[in-house]
Amino acid sequence: MSEVKFSKEHEWIILEGDVATIGITQHATEMLGDIVFAELPEKGSNVEKDGTAGVVESTKAASDVYTPVSGEVVDINQSIVDDPAKINEDPEGTAWFFKLKMKDISELDSLMNKEEYDKFAKESSN
Amino acid sequence: MEIKKTSLNKLHQDSQAKFVEFAGYEMPIQYSKGVIEEHKFTRSHAGIFDVSHMGQLFIYGNENLTSDLEKIFPLDLKNLQQNCSKYSFLMNEEAGIYDDLIITKLEDGYLIILNAACKEKDFEILSNILSKKYKMELSNDRALVAIQGPKAVEILNETINGVQNLTFMTGDWFDYNGQKLFVTRSGYTGEDGFEVSILNDLAEEFTKSLIKKGAELIGLGARDTLRLEAGLCLYGHELDLNKTPVEANLKWAISKERLSNGGFVGSDKIINQIKEGAKQIRVGIKPKGRLIAREKTKIFNETELPIGEITSGTFGPSINGPIAMGYVDKEFSKIDTKILLEVRGKKHPANICKLPFYKKSYVKGVN
Repeated sequence: MSEVKFSKEHEWIILEGDVATIGITQHATEMLGDIVFAELPEKGSNVEKDGTAGVVESTKAASDVYTPVSGEVVDINQSIVDDPAKINEDPEGTAWFFKLKMKDISELDSLMNKEEYDKFAKESSN
Repeated sequence: MEIKKTSLNKLHQDSQAKFVEFAGYEMPIQYSKGVIEEHKFTRSHAGIFDVSHMGQLFIYGNENLTSDLEKIFPLDLKNLQQNCSKYSFLMNEEAGIYDDLIITKLEDGYLIILNAACKEKDFEILSNILSKKYKMELSNDRALVAIQGPKAVEILNETINGVQNLTFMTGDWFDYNGQKLFVTRSGYTGEDGFEVSILNDLAEEFTKSLIKKGAELIGLGARDTLRLEAGLCLYGHELDLNKTPVEANLKWAISKERLSNGGFVGSDKIINQIKEGAKQIRVGIKPKGRLIAREKTKIFNETELPIGEITSGTFGPSINGPIAMGYVDKEFSKIDTKILLEVRGKKHPANICKLPFYKKSYVKGVN
């Protein structure tokens, strides 16, 4: 399993073979507040790096979820659609969003590591 | 312009509030527990809301003032008992709404609670109509603290003995640390509760005493989900200058005694709309599934013709599902009418439903 990488749109991504699992960060959930709705891409669809690949809504507002890499959606986490509160409980674990079969693994190179992301998140929330 | 702060600002900071700017004030949107927990706590225990940004307008005068205010508000103020409150509106000649408000008759005049974003303008409009005949005071030295929920009466009565004797939409002056507080049994959450008008200097200590007795601070986020579940209008969303009280389905707030003769600002339009019916009307809307339809979402009938727009929409924590209010053409306003809501380019099914979404639990008196 590769190291966890992070995007500026507050998604995390981890690669196993050529399948990447993607979710939103703890920091993102703290900014959003209580999540009450989640929409995921369709299984079998293709998504493009930095394109929208879902929506999360808190009591106050809707936010797009972006995919940090391109690929084919091979699995989605239906449990967070059925119970969106799970996203607040375990955003970087069991509440992953979708899995992609990656087209180009080098797309990971431009993403941040944990240390870089923590710094970025801290600065962007100030 | 510099952002304004209420006298409870420090207490909010110390309580880990997340702040937003609201009507020029730095106000808490939520605290560390978050909107859903705060909402549920209010429904099961007692929530404290800092609503000091709202306007507290005192107008002093006698019977002449009552007659003059009847030319403005669609209320039977002559027969309103002292210390009784009414929900009403400040309107223009076309019955468009400048603001919605609560007016209470006092021994020496009236107290009007106004929306924060409208209060300065309201003051100007009212001073012009009343042509400066009466002393008017938009208070700067008083905070307004609401306590709402099933435990509110018990908690507040321990701090201010006697408030338990008030009934819904009545108020009175009470002594607190040698100062006078004006307390009304009212609020905007659908729960039993009170609003306390208190001098700024005493507000923090007073609020802390409520917290010590088990009440908790609640932010504007939960205030919004609570009022929406209770089917209550929010100015700037359900109400504005392009809406009339009849369209807003608030006919109940217009005194019957005033409908026969009119004589208040906007009365011709109101009387005509009541007779002829309004083209659009405010309704409750329940989207199917978990879909949230926000303000400005377009509403369609089953054959996909546009029939209206959502004015507020969110997730209702006590309903455990999405809820909304909006305006639709009258013929589609019947309960259980099937409609479609366009969210992110797709049309989703929803139903017109009864308001409120959540049953109110007010302690009603005889008035």
